[in-house]
Amino acid sequence: MIAIAAGVTLIAVAAALVLNAFQGNVVFFFSPSQVAAKEAPLDRTFRVGGMVEKGSLKRRADGLTVEFIVTDTARSIPVVYTGILPDLFKEGKGVVAQGKLAPDGAFHASEVLAKHDENYMPPEAAHALSKAEAEKTAKSVRPGATR
Amino acid sequence: MIPELGHFALIVALAIALVQGTLPFLGAAKKIPGLVAVARPAAQGQFVFVAIAFGCLAWAFYSNDFSVLNVATNSNSRLPAPYRIAATWGSHEGSLLLWVMMLSLWMLAVSVFSRSLPQEMLARILGVMGLIAVGFLSFMLFTSNPFERLLPAAADGRDLNPLLQDPGMVFHPPMLYMGYVGFSVAFAFAIAALIDGRLDATWARWSRPWTTAAWVFLTIGIALGSFWAYYELGWGGWWFWDPVENASFMPWLIGTALIHSLAVTEKRGAFKSWTVLLAIVAFSLSLLGTFLVRSGVLTSVHAFATDPKRGVFILGFLALVVGGSLALYAWRASKVSPGGMFELLSRESMLLANSVLLIVACAAVLLGTLYPLFLDALGMGKISVGPPYFESVFAPLMAPAILLAGIGPLVAWRKGDGTEVLRRLRWTAIIVLAAALFVPLLFGRWALLTSFGLLLAFWILGGALTALIVRLRSRTGITSAFAGMLLAHAGIGVFVIGVTLVKSYETERDIRMQPGDTAGLGGYSFRFDGVREVSGPNYAAARGTITVLRDGQTVAQLAPEKRVYLVQRNPMTEAAIDAGISRDVYVALGEAVGNDAWTVRVHIKPFIRWIWIGCLMMAFGGVLAASDRRYRIAARRQDDASGADASVMRSGAA
Repeated sequence: MIAIAAGVTLIAVAAALVLNAFQGNVVFFFSPSQVAAKEAPLDRTFRVGGMVEKGSLKRRADGLTVEFIVTDTARSIPVVYTGILPDLFKEGKGVVAQGKLAPDGAFHASEVLAKHDENYMPPEAAHALSKAEAEKTAKSVRPGATR
Repeated sequence: MIPELGHFALIVALAIALVQGTLPFLGAAKKIPGLVAVARPAAQGQFVFVAIAFGCLAWAFYSNDFSVLNVATNSNSRLPAPYRIAATWGSHEGSLLLWVMMLSLWMLAVSVFSRSLPQEMLARILGVMGLIAVGFLSFMLFTSNPFERLLPAAADGRDLNPLLQDPGMVFHPPMLYMGYVGFSVAFAFAIAALIDGRLDATWARWSRPWTTAAWVFLTIGIALGSFWAYYELGWGGWWFWDPVENASFMPWLIGTALIHSLAVTEKRGAFKSWTVLLAIVAFSLSLLGTFLVRSGVLTSVHAFATDPKRGVFILGFLALVVGGSLALYAWRASKVSPGGMFELLSRESMLLANSVLLIVACAAVLLGTLYPLFLDALGMGKISVGPPYFESVFAPLMAPAILLAGIGPLVAWRKGDGTEVLRRLRWTAIIVLAAALFVPLLFGRWALLTSFGLLLAFWILGGALTALIVRLRSRTGITSAFAGMLLAHAGIGVFVIGVTLVKSYETERDIRMQPGDTAGLGGYSFRFDGVREVSGPNYAAARGTITVLRDGQTVAQLAPEKRVYLVQRNPMTEAAIDAGISRDVYVALGEAVGNDAWTVRVHIKPFIRWIWIGCLMMAFGGVLAASDRRYRIAARRQDDASGADASVMRSGAA
């Protein structure tokens, strides 16, 4: 009896831990188009991904803070990050940034991810690009369509 | 010619595996000695042919045979020889071949070292392993042939991913796979015993050293992977809770539960069906890990959906193995006799609680790993579940397990004496508590979580030490199994000390530095002496020189590099580390930002080495436990647990 009670308690505790951790720590992903459409939260950490726009990387005077633009070819979002960029961060390549949206509309990244292989696109970034691409094609097929 | 030979050897191995997976079962069921006797030579023959195939692929890599697609995509003539050999398992196809190679090694070992097993039992064990081999060999031959030709041949190869060009690549995958696949032995023992209906203490005794051996390899493999990620990725982290890591960690958690549950089954004849279930789950998680890593679902569930052949094959195989073995379990487990009874306070109940905690923790890891994949597959949005989730769930579940592990070795089997345990542990408890409260002050910053982490670590160390003293006083002698258990528990303590101190006191800083600049961190100062160009066998590098000083004295000269590999043209950070028992000083180059200035990242990692030292202690404890004399003499005596109860009751090693 006591063993069963202990087991049930344990499972309840574990479930509570899991739910609580999920609530606080799951990070959602948004594409630049979604951010532009104000779908992304203002006060919560999320991920944004796409391609680093060519020629957009700028370094501030402190030498550590960088600014670049992430685009899904339809819309784009400026990103600010202080720190060392990962090895495979490159203009024209896929990137995912995690951070918060500032009131000025820029995305303040606490983490920038670019993965281990030049042919490999972070899945979220690839997803954002292909979605924007699909929407563009849909629009060009139906030029008169209104939303 | 040689690649075709390898391909042919794989086909022969598949044919042998088919024989090995059928005839011995038939022989054991119908009592035909001729068919039973097939198992052993079949296993050994299969090993020979898989080894030939493996040798052929390794040769193709070593001799730069770029007419083989696999070699052309994963190697290069300028790649140094050890990495060319390691590139054999650098690709999807090659790592599957390594998987099968390890499986046939384990089969060979079982066929050689289990001469004392009853013939029919051995036939069934090797039969189950033969069936697993059938699954993987046909997966390889039908979807992922490592010997596929490329015509016309490439002039040179596309090179091995620079991240993999490291000694870690030579040792980590074979160790990890040896552990992963090693659980197939425990699985085969469990299935054979279920078919046979002979689930008893003798079965547990046979199965124990094999399970422990697999666990040892997996422990070393995971630790090597963690160490490699630490120094190679340039971020100074040692565990990322990334799905690939979790895939190897989940079988480890269940394997740990299995080792402990097997101890109860051997000593007390209890938990039999529980043990069998754990053996099934441990191996199923190994297969799930293979599926996660090999099917492409992690890169993108959509990649998986567009080229589903590989993924569907493993998923199907996984369903077959899990479903089949669980069905067998459901059918047979009810016939298993219940084992010895035990009281609420007893070593049995402690071990049961621990294995439940390990399973729940494993389930939480599984949930965090698979949930994003499910959401994505169902088109319900993209999320990522990162380290904060895993840390906030895993640590609270493991804390009670560690507290129990400190007490467990002091509690008697069947019926523990509460006051006795309390009396033995009271001084340990007081000293441990005082030390845990005081030690953080030495680091200049006290925090509740730091103190708690240290409390857990000191507690398990103190518990092991107390158990050792009690045993020495009682003059019953120390078996190597008992010493192994204590060493492994102490290893957890050392590991937890490392984790706690790194988490609490690590510091890092990103700095822009010009030659001659000095920056400080954690009592050290770092002087940047500039960067010069150097060239390696297949890369060009910018090598920085950073002098680390403390109180004006030079501590170390570090040479971090930024490499560009000639073929794939990717930059690669090569960190430089001044290692020490009480701290690592870790330096990595960022990028050139003009005027000879570079961005530099420096870390101080207190006591980080203790993390891997702890893992090695656990592994070495496992080696001691598996080499206990009784496993070698057990076969001759054939005694079962009920006869040995009296002597084991107080002295038993977990």
